[in-house]
Amino acid sequence: MTTPLANYLILAALLFGIGLAGALARRNAVLVLIGLELMLNAANLNFIAFWRFSPHPEMLTGLMFVLFSIAIAAAEVAVGLALVIAIYRHRRTAQLDRFDSLKG
Amino acid sequence: MESIIKYLWLVPLAPLLAAGIGALLPKRRRRLSAGLAIGAISISFLLSCVAFLANLHSGRAVCNFRWFDFGTTSVQLGWVLDPLGAIMAVMVSFVSLLIFIYSLGYMAKDENFKQFFCFLALFAAAMLGLIIANSLLLFFMCWELVGLASYLLIGFWFQKPSAAAAAKKAFIVTRIGDLGFLVGMLLLYAKTGTLLFYDNGHGCLDQTAAVGLVASTTISLLIFCGAVGKSGQIPLHVWLPDAMEGPTPVSALIHAATMVAAGVFLIARVYPLMTPDALHVVTWVGALTAVFAASIAVAQNDIKRILAYSTVSQLGYMMMGLGAGGVAVGMFHLMTHAFFKALLFLGAGSVIHCCHEEQDIRELGGLRTRQPITFATYAVGMMALCGVPLFFSGFWSKDAILDAAHHWSGSPIPFYLGLLGAFLTAFYMTRQVCRVFFGKPTTPEAAHAHESPPVITVPLVILAALAVLAGFFGTPAWPWFQKYLEGGQAGFDLSKLMNEHQLPVMLLSTLLVTIAIVWSGWIYGRAAARPARETDPLEAAQPAIFALLQNKFYVDEFYDATVVRLTAAFAKFSDWLDRVFLGGLVKAFCVFALVLAWLDRALDEALVNESFDTGTETVRGSGRWVSRLQNGQVQRYLRIIGVAFCGLLILLLWESA
Repeated sequence: MTTPLANYLILAALLFGIGLAGALARRNAVLVLIGLELMLNAANLNFIAFWRFSPHPEMLTGLMFVLFSIAIAAAEVAVGLALVIAIYRHRRTAQLDRFDSLKG
Repeated sequence: MESIIKYLWLVPLAPLLAAGIGALLPKRRRRLSAGLAIGAISISFLLSCVAFLANLHSGRAVCNFRWFDFGTTSVQLGWVLDPLGAIMAVMVSFVSLLIFIYSLGYMAKDENFKQFFCFLALFAAAMLGLIIANSLLLFFMCWELVGLASYLLIGFWFQKPSAAAAAKKAFIVTRIGDLGFLVGMLLLYAKTGTLLFYDNGHGCLDQTAAVGLVASTTISLLIFCGAVGKSGQIPLHVWLPDAMEGPTPVSALIHAATMVAAGVFLIARVYPLMTPDALHVVTWVGALTAVFAASIAVAQNDIKRILAYSTVSQLGYMMMGLGAGGVAVGMFHLMTHAFFKALLFLGAGSVIHCCHEEQDIRELGGLRTRQPITFATYAVGMMALCGVPLFFSGFWSKDAILDAAHHWSGSPIPFYLGLLGAFLTAFYMTRQVCRVFFGKPTTPEAAHAHESPPVITVPLVILAALAVLAGFFGTPAWPWFQKYLEGGQAGFDLSKLMNEHQLPVMLLSTLLVTIAIVWSGWIYGRAAARPARETDPLEAAQPAIFALLQNKFYVDEFYDATVVRLTAAFAKFSDWLDRVFLGGLVKAFCVFALVLAWLDRALDEALVNESFDTGTETVRGSGRWVSRLQNGQVQRYLRIIGVAFCGLLILLLWESA
């Protein structure tokens, strides 16, 4: 007996909500990045789920998409972490609410 | 010949350079600047001699060049070497050289010694430039430059108010004549399209000579106006006697020998342009000037002023000679006059110099024994000027003029005026010589006078020799000068002296001169022994006429009362017009503009400024409010995006439901 599509979507929505909450509430830049990563993976999960329940699952479109998305996410994380480290070296902190020099 | 014409420009350039360098030298470099000037004029003299010798055996040579273009026409200048210019250049540079040397002694104690030589060199440059000019335009430029040099040198002792006034007078009066000259030049250009004298058949003088252009009497008379101003002819003669305020070498060089003769030279240069009618006017003006000035000279007491009126009178003779007899007659008198009048002025300078600047002939006397060289040379000059027969140059040149006037077709009156002038000339010169050199010294200065140094007497002796010799180049028996100017060979023929045309005139003038000398000598020879301030014998005899002559026919007063007053009144009126009328108009405009500006400012401050202030305050307030959103907290931005996204989602779901 297969699980219905709605379950996957609910899981993905939960995952996205957790990620969003983390990204919004956390003060540490690394944890914000983790939150972002969670949201991205929630989206990936949706892709897989919709592909799996699509009329033509034998065409590997969803899978391909997700693979690309993961690769790009990895690059993005690398850039993000590098930025965080650079900022940390500069300001001796990774607390996001201290970085407000661009305020108007 | 080919080579000298190419280098002819060096003749005026040498003194010009000397003047330029002299102007830059410091004031104390007296010897250097004087040496420069004398060296430069020597170079000019040598070059002029070379040019003259080269010209003896060949005709006219010209060298023209283009000065500048405007539109399709071009202005050409150039220089010319012909007998007229060559002989004039030799004369001018030679007399200048002698007078430069003389100035070494005469000006030795002057503090502006350096400046004096600088000005003299400038004058010599301009004068020589004028002589070699082959274009009326170049001629006019040099003409104005000699006027400037004359102005500077008359006003050389500018601390004296009379000298400054005389300089101004000379400059302004000659300017009146120059205006006519300028207009005449423009008319000539309009008519012929060129101002070059000679240009291979295209120059303005070529055209009149070869093509037969009908020269306009108006043009000739206008050009003659310039000559009238420069050469002190009636009615513009008033500046020349006043010009004697300048140092004596200047009077000798500029206001006797060379510059004032430039007017005569101008007429001789443009002679082909002169119509018969214009020549009539020239003759009449010359004859009237000759008698007019000579009669004034009879009643003057200033030694230099007598010579100045004598110069005016002799210039009148030259004009008469030009008008009645042609170029050669007038130019011959110009040459001889240059030598003996320079001699007379330098002699007068020697007298003045040694008698503590005393110029009144009544205060001098008995200098014959104290200044023997000056006396001897002065006597030669005086006899040359009077026209004592046979051995003095003035006799030959004046006789040529009288002879020409005698045969003149226009009217016999100029001839009689000329004879009267000759009589008066002999009379006043004898009077002067008696007063200055004979009798007893009347003042301590004259009694203690001594001979001048050689630097002054040597030029006197040279000039005296020339005052005698120059005449022999133009006697009727050997008319070398006339033939040289007019072309042709001069043969020696003693019998021409005796021909029936000239002999009566010669005898008549000789008779008149003898009577004048004897009569004047008889009157003043006796008077010279008496006290200085006694009335003049002529004054005792004819007080009214003498007063009229002594006051120069009241010409200055007449000009003061008419021309000067009219000009002053007109100037006053113009001043009023300018100050009250035009000034008032301008002021009214100013007030109007001020009121407008006031109004504008009030409007600006109340309306524009206020509204802009309010506007900008609003913008700033809103900016301040908006900038609070931009607080730099990345997570707040994200939060807003999230809330907005949720809001958008809810809206979309709401719409679709």
